[in-house]
Amino acid sequence: MQTRRALSAVGIAAVMLALTACGGGGNQAENAEGRGDITIWYSNNEQEVAWGKQMVEAWNADHPDEQITGQEIPAGESSEETIGAAITAGNAPCLIYNTAPSAVGQFEKQGGLVDLSSLSDGASYIEERSGDIAEQYQNPDGNYFQMPWKSNPVVIFYNKDIFAAAGLDPEAPALETYDEFLASAQTIVDEGAATYGIWPAPTSEFFQTQFDFYPFYAAATGGSQIVEDGEATFADTEGYAVADFWASLYEEGLAGQEQYQGDAFADGQAAMSSVGPWAVSVYDDINWGAVPIPTPDGTTAEETWTFSDAKNIGLYTACENQATAWDVLKFSTSEEQDGQLLELTGQMPLRTDLQATYPDYFDANPAYTAFGDQAARTVEVPPGPNTVEMLQAFRDAWSKSVIFGDGDPHTALDDAAAEIDTIAAQP
Amino acid sequence: MSTATTASTTTRPRHRPRRRGVLGLLFSAPYLVFVLAVFAYPLGYSVWIAFHDFFFAAPGAVVERPFVGLDNFVTALTDPAVIRSFGNVGIFLLINVPLTVVLSLVLATALNKVVRFRTFYRVAYYVPYVTASVAVVGVWLFLFNGSGLVNQLLGPLAPDPSWLINEAWAMPTIALFVTWKGLGFYILLYLAALQGVPKELYESASTDGAGAVRSFFTVTVPGVRPATVLVLLVSTVTGGNLFTEPYLLTGGGGPNGASASPVLIMYQRGLQQGQPDVAAAIGVVLVILVLIIALLQNRFAGGRD
Repeated sequence: MQTRRALSAVGIAAVMLALTACGGGGNQAENAEGRGDITIWYSNNEQEVAWGKQMVEAWNADHPDEQITGQEIPAGESSEETIGAAITAGNAPCLIYNTAPSAVGQFEKQGGLVDLSSLSDGASYIEERSGDIAEQYQNPDGNYFQMPWKSNPVVIFYNKDIFAAAGLDPEAPALETYDEFLASAQTIVDEGAATYGIWPAPTSEFFQTQFDFYPFYAAATGGSQIVEDGEATFADTEGYAVADFWASLYEEGLAGQEQYQGDAFADGQAAMSSVGPWAVSVYDDINWGAVPIPTPDGTTAEETWTFSDAKNIGLYTACENQATAWDVLKFSTSEEQDGQLLELTGQMPLRTDLQATYPDYFDANPAYTAFGDQAARTVEVPPGPNTVEMLQAFRDAWSKSVIFGDGDPHTALDDAAAEIDTIAAQP
Repeated sequence: MSTATTASTTTRPRHRPRRRGVLGLLFSAPYLVFVLAVFAYPLGYSVWIAFHDFFFAAPGAVVERPFVGLDNFVTALTDPAVIRSFGNVGIFLLINVPLTVVLSLVLATALNKVVRFRTFYRVAYYVPYVTASVAVVGVWLFLFNGSGLVNQLLGPLAPDPSWLINEAWAMPTIALFVTWKGLGFYILLYLAALQGVPKELYESASTDGAGAVRSFFTVTVPGVRPATVLVLLVSTVTGGNLFTEPYLLTGGGGPNGASASPVLIMYQRGLQQGQPDVAAAIGVVLVILVLIIALLQNRFAGGRD
């Protein structure tokens, strides 16, 4: 009997331990007015760590009673899973400078994010800084649960040496239209200058869509999201054209169907790559050039849209000093700190008139000018709690029909659109 | 136990079992707590989740989690990707489990007879098991890609598309990889079991005229039957939990979901897509199926033991 009781006690203790480990959160009303020390997380790449450290130092120097503790986001399968787990456990920091827009809907549904629109100057501050492009970061009800922070507009990088080796003009490559792009890729492969024309990851992860289909669809449509007003848009003429273009690349052996171990562009295995401004520093020893995303009939650089690949800032409900956190958020997205971000990372702050605001930077770094201009014309993933599920449904259809040529790409897009309409209608 | 003959010895046995019981409980308590906290509680909780409309929420967030009966199971089992993943893992188990049992037993028997370089061989087989999957997967990607060593050796016999992007070959390649990687562990199990097979049995068999092959089937195989049951169970349970290899080796269960496993789908639904209720339902079905297979294995391979 005593043994049984002891066992029960041990069992209950274990369950209680597991439950209390998930505690936290505090009083939301008090937290909203709270001031004091806060913790923030930022990305773990070298450049963003440098930016984060100087930002924290600058703030702490002037705010002895509201100190920031900055740390790199803890390692996990992905940042989004780490953040999701932290929300559930109630130990998320006040601010995370690496919040992917595709995950924001889920974090909002979890009750993990503060509605910035509920703050007196929340929406006005965001819209004043980012302009019309901010609208893409609203939830379906028109509220901001994320602060649009920075984008990595996707363009086409090409290796000038490979183009020259294939007999193509490295300074003015013919890459404006799909036909030109296909012809250039064909020449590169035929001449043996590279294994493939382009080699984006052909794997099944939902986010890979953001580097093959999405930038091309945004460019072809002049800035359409793949889901608008709860309905899939991509099963249309432009979507079919993009799918046919990529299907041709795979079918003709101009794009790789296998995942490459390493960086195919850096290793000279692929002549082109769809990348953001981060690539400027990464491909330092490659003689590269950059062009906008091709469109069916060709579009000038000034009119071409692309995918944003943005990372934003979330203010998390677990934060006990949310008033301080909001002030820090505004400080870290001020003109001065955005300039530091540009300088230290080369990533584009999501603010209006970027090039006019930082003319000295773009004069000194002409390689970033195209990205700076492109940042004004970027498209984001659709908002809502089911974004990842929608992107996965699309990726599965794309992978099957376009990458591996199993079935008609148009029918696959139609089917994916119907499935995504259903997913988008879910709460 | 011998019969007590004195007063002092008759009183002792009454207290000993109780004292031993308490001591035993004390020693087993840490593991008991571990099992309850890390295994029993999450398992029970996931069954509860599978029957409710559930998503992970922040502490203090007001969310309703109504009982939904079998809805999550219906959602899971009417999803073609989920059904396919169970088929995929079935293919995996059909290749991996028999291959693991046969290869590890044969190699363990051979290793048991090796006199020179015994330690070297044992370590050589064990190294893949203790090496991180991420590192080994990289090597296999180089081996099995279109222009990899395997295809170069096979020449015109190489499959097109290549192994890991071929719907027919992706899962068998993964099964082969997992078999190779885990072999060292199972060889060790068999090596331990082989030490318990009496030498006299081999001598008798030899006296009766049995050769090496005959001795293997009539002495070794029955002699290590308990180890075989263990290898069957462990490799089946491990195979049921297949995740890392389709996640890394075939880039998320490709091509076209041909190598997606139920656990990979659980990861996608539960963690990436915010549907832990559907993921839990898949998990419950998986546990039941693995238990059924384990029971069948125990029934047919375990004999009367």
